[in-house]
Amino acid sequence: MTGRRFLRWPDLFRSPVGVVAALMVGSVLVLALIGPPIWGHAAAKIDISAVSQGSTAAHPLGTDVLGRDILHRTLVAARLSVFLAVLASLLGAGVGIPIGVLPSLVGRRLGRLITSAINLAVAFPTLLLAIFVASIVGLGARGAVIGIAAAVAPYFARLSQTLGASVAGADYIAAARVLGIGRWRLMGRHMLPNVAEPLLLTLMLTMGDALLALAGLSLLGVGVQPPSYDWGGMLTEGIQRIYVTPIVVVGPAVAIIFAALGFNLLGESLARRAARREGALPRHLPATPVVLPVEHHERVDEPGDDGHGTVLDVRGLTVAFPGGSVPVRDVSIRVEPGEIVGIVGESGSGKSLTAMAIAELLPARAQATSERRLLFGQDLASLGNTGRRRLLGRSLAIVYQDPMASLNPALRIDRQLGEVAEVHEGLSRREARKRSVERLRSVRIGSPERRARNYPHELSGGMRQRVMIAMGLMGTPQLIIADEPTTALDVTVQQQILKLLDDIGTSTGAAAILISHDIAVVSQLCQRVLVMYAGRVVEELDIPTLVRQPAHPYTAALLASVPTMESDRERPLVSIPGRAVGPFDQSPGCPFAPRCPAASARCRDELPELTPLESGHRVACWHPNSVVPHDGSAWRDESMREDALA
Amino acid sequence: MTAAPASIETRKRWWADRPRSAYLARRLTRLAVSLVLLLTLTFAMIHLVSGDPVRSALGLTAPAKLVAQRKAQLGLDKPLYQQYYDYVDRAVHGDFGTSIQSGESINLIVRTRLPTTLRLAGLAFLVAVLIGVPLGVLSAALTRDGRRRYGELAFTTTTGAFASIPGFLLAVAFIYLFAVKWRFFPVAGDSGVKSYVLPIAALAIGPAAALARIVRVEGLKVLDADYIRTARGKRLPARLIYLRHALPNMLTATLTISGLLLGGLIAGTVLIESIFSWTGLGSTLVNSVTSKDYPSVQAVALIFGFFILVINFVVDMLLAVINPQSTILDQ
Repeated sequence: MTGRRFLRWPDLFRSPVGVVAALMVGSVLVLALIGPPIWGHAAAKIDISAVSQGSTAAHPLGTDVLGRDILHRTLVAARLSVFLAVLASLLGAGVGIPIGVLPSLVGRRLGRLITSAINLAVAFPTLLLAIFVASIVGLGARGAVIGIAAAVAPYFARLSQTLGASVAGADYIAAARVLGIGRWRLMGRHMLPNVAEPLLLTLMLTMGDALLALAGLSLLGVGVQPPSYDWGGMLTEGIQRIYVTPIVVVGPAVAIIFAALGFNLLGESLARRAARREGALPRHLPATPVVLPVEHHERVDEPGDDGHGTVLDVRGLTVAFPGGSVPVRDVSIRVEPGEIVGIVGESGSGKSLTAMAIAELLPARAQATSERRLLFGQDLASLGNTGRRRLLGRSLAIVYQDPMASLNPALRIDRQLGEVAEVHEGLSRREARKRSVERLRSVRIGSPERRARNYPHELSGGMRQRVMIAMGLMGTPQLIIADEPTTALDVTVQQQILKLLDDIGTSTGAAAILISHDIAVVSQLCQRVLVMYAGRVVEELDIPTLVRQPAHPYTAALLASVPTMESDRERPLVSIPGRAVGPFDQSPGCPFAPRCPAASARCRDELPELTPLESGHRVACWHPNSVVPHDGSAWRDESMREDALA
Repeated sequence: MTAAPASIETRKRWWADRPRSAYLARRLTRLAVSLVLLLTLTFAMIHLVSGDPVRSALGLTAPAKLVAQRKAQLGLDKPLYQQYYDYVDRAVHGDFGTSIQSGESINLIVRTRLPTTLRLAGLAFLVAVLIGVPLGVLSAALTRDGRRRYGELAFTTTTGAFASIPGFLLAVAFIYLFAVKWRFFPVAGDSGVKSYVLPIAALAIGPAAALARIVRVEGLKVLDADYIRTARGKRLPARLIYLRHALPNMLTATLTISGLLLGGLIAGTVLIESIFSWTGLGSTLVNSVTSKDYPSVQAVALIFGFFILVINFVVDMLLAVINPQSTILDQ
């Protein structure tokens, strides 16, 4: 029912900071409990013979004006200092939390009013609010506690308000509403449990702050009044004597820092825990990097093997991340001038990383190795940094998957387009802008002069992707890499963007690599397709062959899973059973074997190489052509499915 | 907007086509509402005090005649609505009334002490930003993608420690080390450039460390964003990638936090002025609170509140310039 799991305490103790913080807070709390009964007497003992001393053997932290021992007084003051801080925080939470939950329960207009009042209160610094409220309530511990409670309450209100709003929008709350559960039960049963964890860690952080604010108030003479004493009050006395016996400030100062730091660290490590859990990263990564056997294949059917005259010639590309993840394994791609090559595969098959490796845009952690990497007939490794930048900047255009995230939200369109020509071709800002407008027009954006002055968020999704394409056209692209260019778009817009890409390929003569998980998109635009599975190319074939006679069972399965107008609606949609192996996989055999209906013992033990089947058709499979394409029967046979899963 | 149906038309179009003007209008409204709320709350303050505020300020031994005189002077004998009207009227004209204790005009006190406090808070803010932002950006750039793990650890622990030590304790430590022990700077007072060093350092170091941490986290987020990859894909020089593409986006969050920090620094001056014995508005506040001089407390609350609201407004305006998207996300 609930989206969040509640705080797991044992988790906290896995991090050293969490352990230290818990120990600090624990010792402060224990001290607050046992301090007064144990040292209360010693702390109150007046010794006229030892008035206002510095550090001595009997009084290591000195004595106060009545000769009372500062160390003992520091230990005893823990109770009042911590008690008041905890009280103020709890009071603040008790007032703030219900106020914050109100906006999501009451009507819209009233809710908005409450929200803006909370925002106003939050803008005011804690100490100031506390001083003002304390001046109304009256000087002393009571005033200080109420003042601090009033000052921290807005934080709790705002937190529970934003959390409440996000939870109130959640599906399970909507479901509870539909079921007719009342407002208050909704709040108690369904909302509070989900916001409890963030509130708890805010409470921890607030206690640290309250402790410091209390000390501050005492320092100003607004807080705890003599003869009661807390750490802040002791600090005040100490500061007055700092010229003569500086040691006397050490006790209260260290105590304040220690306690405040403990609460803050505990809150922070709780927050970090919560954040990490939501991130849900794989916990245990293999420590040693995977060493992949590098096979040097005989590539028989490749003409003109020097790679010159090709737009792109990459051999044996492998991308690895520290920790043993190898998401791209021994991939080879050739792209001839004017050719559009597709790369298809499920998400996680390594197709995007392959593209980014070609474009030299991998994250810094990733390590890309290859036997050969020629772009436009030139070896990138042999070019200097400047030469490489210029070549890539002018000749390689990239269209990304999510145009909204890929355009800079803080810059106008003409700026983002124009800078390409400014940097690589030395155009003036004005010329660059003129070219930007031209290119926007060429990707069929209406009123391009006006659009050029817009920010990305002022455009529609389809328009943003046109802008991305126009950006690639600012130079003279010889290769366009389009990484899932239509995935984030509406179906109707998808077709327009695909048409645009096709037209641009034709008019500029640029070659293109189109990456997609959608085999229908790829077969519409491309001449040749690479099918990727688990980081490897498992089949390379032209479109007619893809439609007629794919040889790899995985390709056949991909094809069978595309519903067509002729699909038998009586039968369930075809899906491929099982899950793709991850980038950590180290098993020796064919990566598809666990899901393959035609898998044999050899498939599980020996990796099939990409070998030519006929001209222009290569496949990495021990049993090519074993599965009939366009017939989902192999995947529908239940016994086969179980076998495949086993 | 005269004819009713036409005006609705115009308003709709005006709203849709000028998100920035709409944003400005919304923020101005918010500022106005907040100022009214501030005025009302500070007015209510003196009436929320239990018992007779004048009596409690002047003490039990004060003659009844003096109490009555001060009451009349403060207008506390008039009906409430009249008092409120007078209060707002005076506040709008920059008149903060008279002190209960001395019977003197508070304006005089404010005029001499406000500049001290503003100078202290302003300079500390400048120092905090000039240290915090570059430090945060630098550490984000140097430790992104899990590089320099130990540098990252050193940065987070150092800034974490400095961010959690309160300014008043830093002040005490500084006084002991640099004023008492080594005698580099004066212990207290505000006379000469040297006397500014310790108070500003004590005020600025915590916020600088907090700012650096936040800027670093924001910076890492921005450097990891898709649009930075796009900028890399355009093969722009590193200078442009950082300054043109990354920095404006980092500033969005930084600016919001800076606004809050400046508010916090104004509050911080209260403690720092008291510790270093400066006669600013902060120490005035403390004296007024302990001597129960409510009109003075009112005046300081009004002034501090006004500054904080204006700062927030300015920050929102700057945000709209740096990151225009925020004008849309706002609603």
